[in-house]
Amino acid sequence: MKTLLTGNEAIARGAYEYGVTVAAAYPGTPSTEILENIAKYPEIYSQWSPNEKVAMEVGIGASIAGARSLVAMKHVGVNVAADPLFTAAYTGVRGGLILVSADDPGMHSSQNEQDNRFYAPFAKIPMLEPSDSQEAKDMVKTALEISENFDTPVLLRITTRIAHSQSLVELAEPQEQSVKPYKKDAKKYVMIPAHGRTRRVFIEERDKQLAAYSESSELNRIEMADPSFGVITSGIAYQYVREAFPQASILRIGMTHPIPAQKIADFAASVDVLFVVEELEPYLENQIKALGISVIGKDILPPYGELSLSLVKSKILAALGANAGTAESEASEAIAAGEEDGIAESAAAAACDCGDAMKPFEAPVRPPVMCPGCPHRGLFYVLKDLRLVVSGDIGCYTLGTMPPLEAMDTCVCMGASVSGALGMEKANPALKGRLVAVIGDSTFLHSGITGLMDIVYNGGTSTVIILDNSITAMTGHQHNPSTGQTLMGQEAPAVDFVALVKALGVKRVVEVDPLDVDKVKQVVKAEVAAEEPSVIITRRPCALIVKNTEKPLHVEGCKGCKACIRLGCPALSFDRATRKAVVNSALCTGCGVCARVCMFDALRKGDE
Amino acid sequence: MKQGMNILLVGVGGQGTILASKILSHVALAQGFDVKMSEIHGMAQRGGSVVTQVRIAEKVYGPIIEPGEADVLVAFEKLEAYRWAHMLKPGGTLIINDQKIEPLPVLIGTATYPETIFDDIQQRVEKVTIVPALEIATGLGNAKASNVVLMGVLAASMDIPRQSWDEALEARVPARFLELNRKAFQAGYDYISRS
Repeated sequence: MKTLLTGNEAIARGAYEYGVTVAAAYPGTPSTEILENIAKYPEIYSQWSPNEKVAMEVGIGASIAGARSLVAMKHVGVNVAADPLFTAAYTGVRGGLILVSADDPGMHSSQNEQDNRFYAPFAKIPMLEPSDSQEAKDMVKTALEISENFDTPVLLRITTRIAHSQSLVELAEPQEQSVKPYKKDAKKYVMIPAHGRTRRVFIEERDKQLAAYSESSELNRIEMADPSFGVITSGIAYQYVREAFPQASILRIGMTHPIPAQKIADFAASVDVLFVVEELEPYLENQIKALGISVIGKDILPPYGELSLSLVKSKILAALGANAGTAESEASEAIAAGEEDGIAESAAAAACDCGDAMKPFEAPVRPPVMCPGCPHRGLFYVLKDLRLVVSGDIGCYTLGTMPPLEAMDTCVCMGASVSGALGMEKANPALKGRLVAVIGDSTFLHSGITGLMDIVYNGGTSTVIILDNSITAMTGHQHNPSTGQTLMGQEAPAVDFVALVKALGVKRVVEVDPLDVDKVKQVVKAEVAAEEPSVIITRRPCALIVKNTEKPLHVEGCKGCKACIRLGCPALSFDRATRKAVVNSALCTGCGVCARVCMFDALRKGDE
Repeated sequence: MKQGMNILLVGVGGQGTILASKILSHVALAQGFDVKMSEIHGMAQRGGSVVTQVRIAEKVYGPIIEPGEADVLVAFEKLEAYRWAHMLKPGGTLIINDQKIEPLPVLIGTATYPETIFDDIQQRVEKVTIVPALEIATGLGNAKASNVVLMGVLAASMDIPRQSWDEALEARVPARFLELNRKAFQAGYDYISRS
């Protein structure tokens, strides 16, 4: 039976069909749905870990214990998990071990655009890259086999367009699951230097064997057509190339580490002109050039952002056209001859920027916003009002940087708000007493705790605000160790933030309802002024996870001062004709933050 | 439908573009086509602009529709129709839900919601259907069904047997909402034949 699946769903299905019994992850776009879908198979033990390093270590432990294991994360998560990953490359596996890295070219939902393919040669582990959902599922099988046959973790690298695009997948019955018997093997799994040196030599041998496998693997597939024009490509870029140039000869590389050097050389020798089409860095290109093969790649294609059909088509056609009188021009003629494929026509269209296509209308942007009733809004209003320097972090509350609140000074990575604040106050005494860090509940547990420990230990006085909305909200409401529930739906003990931060040595800990703006203001002023570390916990569940019982507000006696409008609530607008605030009662949750900032008592609850 | 189609569904987070795209791809698969569907999750969920792409053909490679390559654009909100109109092929069909959802820059007064959306679009696009889908769905008792009203309009403009759409509704809509959504679909389907 064939069914439409996203790449993420297909990887989950592959885990189910090919005997994975343990899966762990920390949520992160575009990887989150892999574990959410694995959790639908009760046969697989699945869990959210507090961060990617922990998830990786759970996977490594499960593999050493004998289980087929899968760990998933977004690209930047691999940075967090890199420490265990690089040594797991030494220990190797017992049960097959897959690390899925979901990269985000174009930065749809990420703070950077790093190309995680480089992790494979860096850690010296094999890497597979699917071009659609069927391959995503199939490669789970192949990756597990490679992992067990070659004694190595395997990197399964996808990108947003693979993770979140649906294509047809043939479903199969699941194989029988089995966990290999455990046997102590300290020389393999205890990485003291003496053992490590032995494994280091093994890795080089393994790499050679993997390279030989790559040469003969069907993952690296030659689709020979017109020999005047060859393209080496991988991942989603393969689809763009195949569609743009039906007559091109293609070497689709599915195993992108180690690359099949001889197959590449043979393919290069069989075509007149060779392009390499890959998203982001010249990862394949540099390796191909190191083989002494002449290839056109990042000379014409950008090393950043996503590729697209039109981009690939126009850049390659332009390159062919610009090389008249050379081998490229023959290729160009060959393409022009392919009129039945509409190539000539599209070449013309690509050459002329105008075409019949419309120019876009100028439409005001529609940025993501904090939801109506969002508990973060009141806090950021106060931080702006008090003109504090705000060391920010990763989550919905990063939206606090957007107009009209604009109350955030930095955002680097998970946890950096806390430790960054310490660095700021140590570096610049002028910032002392006017600096706060803001961090969500899940992000604090991910990597804020050590930073707070650092503030206490090294005599900082920063105020850390934990925005506890009882869920990992930005990625779509995943549970975490503070929510009292696991991924598989079991009840769990919930982290007690007050006890936790007190145990770290923070003496000043205050809890406050973020909707109570006056109280928040009073608390923030007091804690920022305190000459010792302090933690404020703003506690109120995400507006999207609670059933709202409040009635929408209404407006009476508005003076048109716009104080409420500066909250940036989607349920509030300003009527220019009447010069009064208007509440959209379909959106208003009755949270009342606007009523608290109104000096004229014009925003009223229910029947008031 | 003998040949494939590229259909772009655009709206605002929470408007139900995803259910609509599932119904559509169900229908296309039942007709024996290859289908790819792509949507970007993440920050768009927080009230941002949402785009779902459905490509239908004998064999589909890339999941993304290029500017000027959409056969049909279904806009769940007026401003989103404006934002994405250039994705349409010359001669392509534009179905617009006559609903206005002001984005935050408009709400806080730093940008203006264009007043001339329909006029501007009608000057450049020949086949435009403006549907009061929200009004129709509200009349049927649930504003949330406006997405399925729009699917009814889309169905009436496509050369696919009606039965196939009915089957897709049954397969894709949760049972307790099926009756409402059947009515919503019918209302959309009839709307285009009346106008």
